[in-house]
Amino acid sequence: MVEEIGKTAEGDLIINVGPQHPATHGVLHLVITLNGETIKKVEPHLGYIHRSIEKMCESLTYRQFIYSTSRMDYLSAHINNHACALTVEKGLGIEIPARAQVIRVLMDELTRIASHELWWGAMAMDLGAFTPFFHAFRERESINDIMEETCGARLTMNYMVPGGVMMDLHPNFQNRVKTFLKLYKLKIHEYDELVTGNIIFQNRMKGVGYLSKEAAISYGVTGPAARGSGVSCDVRKLYPYEIYHQLQFDEILETEGDSFARYMVRLREMNESIKIIEQLIDNIPDGDFQAKTKAVLKLPKGEFYQLVETARGELGVYIVSEGGTTPYRIKFRSPGFSNLSCLDHITRGGKIGDLIASMGTLDLVIPDIDR
Amino acid sequence: MFIVDYLKDVYGAMKSLLIGMNRTGYYFTHHKEIITEQYPDNRDTLVMADRFRGEVVMAHDENNEHACTGCSACELACPNGTIKIINKFDISPEGKKKKAIDTFVYHLELCTMCGLCVEACPTAAINMANTFEHSVFNRGLLTKRLNKPDSKLKAGVE
Ligand code: SF4
Ligand code: SF4
Repeated sequence: MVEEIGKTAEGDLIINVGPQHPATHGVLHLVITLNGETIKKVEPHLGYIHRSIEKMCESLTYRQFIYSTSRMDYLSAHINNHACALTVEKGLGIEIPARAQVIRVLMDELTRIASHELWWGAMAMDLGAFTPFFHAFRERESINDIMEETCGARLTMNYMVPGGVMMDLHPNFQNRVKTFLKLYKLKIHEYDELVTGNIIFQNRMKGVGYLSKEAAISYGVTGPAARGSGVSCDVRKLYPYEIYHQLQFDEILETEGDSFARYMVRLREMNESIKIIEQLIDNIPDGDFQAKTKAVLKLPKGEFYQLVETARGELGVYIVSEGGTTPYRIKFRSPGFSNLSCLDHITRGGKIGDLIASMGTLDLVIPDIDR
Repeated sequence: MFIVDYLKDVYGAMKSLLIGMNRTGYYFTHHKEIITEQYPDNRDTLVMADRFRGEVVMAHDENNEHACTGCSACELACPNGTIKIINKFDISPEGKKKKAIDTFVYHLELCTMCGLCVEACPTAAINMANTFEHSVFNRGLLTKRLNKPDSKLKAGVE
């Protein structure tokens, strides 16, 4: 029973963070029960940016629905589109040309770097350091320029189509990417100098927001957040799609399970993505960038499911087809939703000041959670 | 030795802070490395990527001719109902009726710049322009007619 506004019956304080709060990176509403400075409960309230993308997709054709998934996890827009295109291709049973596969993987990895860069800047900003945000945006900007030149948009690319990619690579693409790789190698040490090695940052991250391996699995946490707890869950390694099985890269695992481990996983993952790009950039095969498909796509009756690894974790696309030109039902298994569910677990018993640090390392993108 | 560890910690902490300050100081004195673009001021020199999807336009040549046959493929491809094709029937010199485009209505306010209509067009009549400053004071101005008045179909385009 609530006796006083903002207090529970036991006299605990209830405060609201959000829906409009800079630290929630979007419209997330957290209701926090506090005993003094200690968190007793964190309750996320969702739905502020629900656009019913799943329902909308049911009235769009298999070519049209892909564009709307860029608006879920907008930082991994390419990878979302990729997942949808792969599911449709699975249903149609078509082969994708080798060139298209390489282009897709290159774009995915560029997106992953851009997403981690933005997360790194936002993470430091959550802890009160504003400058790293600009450093991160400098590198991210050059990736966005590459995207703009080849795909035609900076964030909502809609470049993946069933059968391949929409347009061929821009003639400048290879040079641009090589320039970016040089810039990245020149500047990446600044990340460690400014933030990783900083004593204040380390003290606020180490031992905070502990997520055990068992808890990560039982909450369904995936992606870098789970790999920071030692859960091996990289879809690119475990269920390889496209050409990932031919590439040399490591799955980054840290075992501490605290905020700092999750932070390190993402930083090291950027280097792995750089490795993948370096392997591919000089070996883009010639040929078609798109397989021949019919103008109107019809999936056979049945159910199709495809997993991919976005920058935030495991994204699943599940299509139920009745044999028509539009899906009967589409379900997205978004990584952000499951990652958010462990927020209460990792912050309970901690101090309110650590809440933002722990939440930042989960790398939540709210439109991905609400859809 | 407690006191030695303590001093080591203090030294390490100070060092980490100074390394960070050094980086900040570097950019404080190296203005050339700052890449900020002063957007509204650099309008004259701003170069947008040629593939940038800013709005749908229809190309017309010097004879005021375009390549749109009025087939409605773009209208069907658009996920947002942005395009409306209104057709008319031309009478050819031989007295036959022929379908032709009357008005290509384009609702810029509904467009998400996905590029699917350009993909779908069989005659490459429309393309994406890289203009992006679309703000106007009257919402009605955003509904555009893409085929110019008195324009007609290019000869040889079916
Ligand atoms: S623009 Fe192209 S697709 Fe649209 S009606 Fe004209 S010819 Fe058909
Ligand atoms: S760009 Fe996309 S939303 Fe805009 S008119 Fe073309 S198909 Fe429709």
